Amino acid sequence: MDFVSIKKRLLKFSRSAWTPFAAIPIALGIGAILLLIAGYDPIQAYAAMWQGAFKDRTAITEVLIKATPLIFIGAGLAVAFRCSIWNIGAEGQFYAGAVAATAVGIYLGDLPRFLLVPLVLFAGASSGALWGMLAAFLKNRFGANEVVTTIMLNYIAIFITGWLVTGPMIETEGLFAQTAKISQNAWLWRFLPPTRLHTGFILALVLAIVLYIIIFKTSLGYTIRAVGINPDAARYAGINVKRKVLLAMAISGGAAGLGGAVEVAAISYRLYQLISPGYGFDGIAVSLLVNNNPLGVIFSGILFGALRSGAEVMQMNAKVPSVLVFLIQGLVVLSVVAFGVYSYVSKEKEE
Amino acid sequence: MDLLPSILFLQSILAATWRMATPILYAAVGEVFSEKAGVINIGLEGVMLIGAFSAYSVAFESGSLWLGLLVGILAGILSGLIFAFFTITIKANQIVVGAAFNMIGLGITGFLYRSMYAVSPVPLGLKTFPSLEFPFLSSIPFFGEVLFKHNIMVYGTLLLVPVATFVLYKTAFGLSIRAVGEHPKAADTVGVNVLRMRYVSVMIGTALAAVGGAFLVLAYADQFVEGIVSGRGFIALAVVVFGRWKPWGAFWSSLLFGIFYALQLRIQTMPDVNIPYQFLQALPYLATLLVLVGFNKRRVQAPKTLGVPYK
Repeated sequence: MDFVSIKKRLLKFSRSAWTPFAAIPIALGIGAILLLIAGYDPIQAYAAMWQGAFKDRTAITEVLIKATPLIFIGAGLAVAFRCSIWNIGAEGQFYAGAVAATAVGIYLGDLPRFLLVPLVLFAGASSGALWGMLAAFLKNRFGANEVVTTIMLNYIAIFITGWLVTGPMIETEGLFAQTAKISQNAWLWRFLPPTRLHTGFILALVLAIVLYIIIFKTSLGYTIRAVGINPDAARYAGINVKRKVLLAMAISGGAAGLGGAVEVAAISYRLYQLISPGYGFDGIAVSLLVNNNPLGVIFSGILFGALRSGAEVMQMNAKVPSVLVFLIQGLVVLSVVAFGVYSYVSKEKEE
Repeated sequence: MDLLPSILFLQSILAATWRMATPILYAAVGEVFSEKAGVINIGLEGVMLIGAFSAYSVAFESGSLWLGLLVGILAGILSGLIFAFFTITIKANQIVVGAAFNMIGLGITGFLYRSMYAVSPVPLGLKTFPSLEFPFLSSIPFFGEVLFKHNIMVYGTLLLVPVATFVLYKTAFGLSIRAVGEHPKAADTVGVNVLRMRYVSVMIGTALAAVGGAFLVLAYADQFVEGIVSGRGFIALAVVVFGRWKPWGAFWSSLLFGIFYALQLRIQTMPDVNIPYQFLQALPYLATLLVLVGFNKRRVQAPKTLGVPYK
């Protein structure tokens, strides 16, 4: 490789890597204006946010805990989005995974640990994968737009969960709308006591790396991306487009379902209606932010984990409503989109 | 006999159907314009929230429902302008921008609502648009209740749908909209400004989505609640497909969804029915899925360049 192409690659890398860093200040800046208008002190609000996310070791591990489901979901969505499958249904797939994992963790609770933990994770992943594949099937078989079907499947999964935790799976005391705790044999290891940091975080990192390798370093990943860039061309080249769509949704849904299983097995130990505070939707931004690169998702997942974790503290200490985070996330996506175009324009000038 | 209760049941379902269909219908007819011009806006949900919140806060502060509606529409047009800038001028992926709009809509309305109204010393309810009473007609048994006792925004849909049909199919303006969605190159050659037509269509779409959102606070519930739109924007997207990208198609298919909403609400209030309410709540969403599966085979009806930026 000659020097010029190395330089080009470096330039390209630095551009794509810096985009999020440039997008975040812009989003926070617009957020600050809104804070001012609504009568808050933006500096105080953001200081509380920063404090909440990075104050001490416990705060930082809480960020990583919040980042864990986002990395699972975001890494999976990166695969679907690379295939141009607009899976908006990670929320429902996360729920599907959490439900299956809870059922296994409760009803097969007598199994020994070395069997039960993998089984719980497997149940979560396969349940999420099936929920995702349902949308892929409807697209392949009936041409139903996956944006609409995955959203409908979100609502259905959430309502089913609501029914399960108030009806068939409600705890025996029956006081709250939640299931009993899963068996201790299903719990993931919290390896840094007294913090809650757990092995699920490590698993999320591993999954992100594996999906990165699959999508960018294997011929399978190449065909998935080919379908995403131009399905007709891919079809003429002999790629079975429908099978790739099904596979991309299985990976994407499976990753989200695994995230749901980990949340149950490491944090909540049980299922309740609001097991996900919108992780599936955050995951969309997490993936888009790094141009649908599973490796980059580790970075953006931690960033969004910090935003969420910090926002909770901001709400407590500076009395600023934490929903502001949704706005900031949306603005981050829009700024990234805008920057993407400008770097494209400057690239054209270079050539 | 058993006939009377079931007639009353039917009456209450049908009376609610049109009302439940109305917000979806406004958004869906708007989206027909947008999609006819080749732009899919999955951010409808967010735009409806923005419309609902701005309409509510202005109506609440000023005491005028009409002023609230007007500002809601303006907020919708502004949202459309921003959406169009990103998707048409910058040519960003329409799905990505739409997803961002949903987050922004949820975030900004939730934030402002909690900042402004969460701890309010005064009651937050509006005096919503009243049901109209027609002489003679409103007192017809059954039909009076079903057809002639709605508020003005519900009847607005009777104006909306024919006007939209006329504009799309009988005017040069409508022809241009359809042309830039089907054959933008050809439209361009004969002197149609493709980008401008798409801007206008997107803004018609978001303005009407905002009306749908405003309906929820001005003519349905009497105040704003976080996430009040609860998926209606997404259902509107399905209604557009099911209605084959035509205003009258959207009208009938949104009525179908209205039935499921009404049914769901009505059955929930019946003491002797033992269906878990979550299944009833899931009904409209399940129906959307089934409808997409059953009727989406004729894809030919979709505008040819839907989702594709021009040039």
